[in-house]
Amino acid sequence: MKADATLDTLGLYCPMPIVKTAQKIKDLKMGEVLEIVSDDEGIIEDMPAWCRKTGNEFLGIEEKEGEYRVYVKRLK
Amino acid sequence: MAEKVNIIFFSGDLDKALAAFNLAIGATAMEMKVSIFFTFWGLNVIRKDRKISRTRGIMRKMLNLVNRGGARRLPLSRFNMGGLGRSMMKKLMKDSKIPPLEEMITMAQKMGVEFIACTTSMGMMGISREDLIPEVDKLAGVATYLGEAVEGKVNLFI
Repeated sequence: MKADATLDTLGLYCPMPIVKTAQKIKDLKMGEVLEIVSDDEGIIEDMPAWCRKTGNEFLGIEEKEGEYRVYVKRLK
Repeated sequence: MAEKVNIIFFSGDLDKALAAFNLAIGATAMEMKVSIFFTFWGLNVIRKDRKISRTRGIMRKMLNLVNRGGARRLPLSRFNMGGLGRSMMKKLMKDSKIPPLEEMITMAQKMGVEFIACTTSMGMMGISREDLIPEVDKLAGVATYLGEAVEGKVNLFI
């Protein structure tokens, strides 16, 4: 998936990936896509939950060898 | 309006404080408004790492001799083993890139978490405002907590 910016959260545990996502997404323009790279399995459930709560769009998640790439579109 | 999360922090244990601050920091990332009401042993988390400035009465003096405050000093609720368990837990946290509690406190405060200290516990234990870290926003009592709790979506006692 194509993204406008990437956030590396490798090695960080909950809640840091969503804390950093919440900060980073403010650098994007409305409609732009942020890619979050994480190796915390909790991100599979947490990022959709964060998106539902904050009103941003969860686009999907790709997993490869324990590394997750999550895509979020800024709507708020 | 942002939903409110209110945490009563009663415990003086490091592990419970980590759980509480993780929740508080996570909740601010979820755009929720968080307050932590520190009471009883929980005051140790927001106490400066030094002796109480002025205490009246022999029993308070004895209490404050054994009950030292400061985030750095908190014991684990299990397997503290005279501080050995705590040191090992801190090492594990560092290896896992989990920030120490002292950093979490600063981070939470910067993210807008409100710190409230319970005046009843302070009075009973002989702790005054100058014994608390500057991050503490206000001193208050049960009515303040309940006033916030009825508006809260999430209310926790840790």
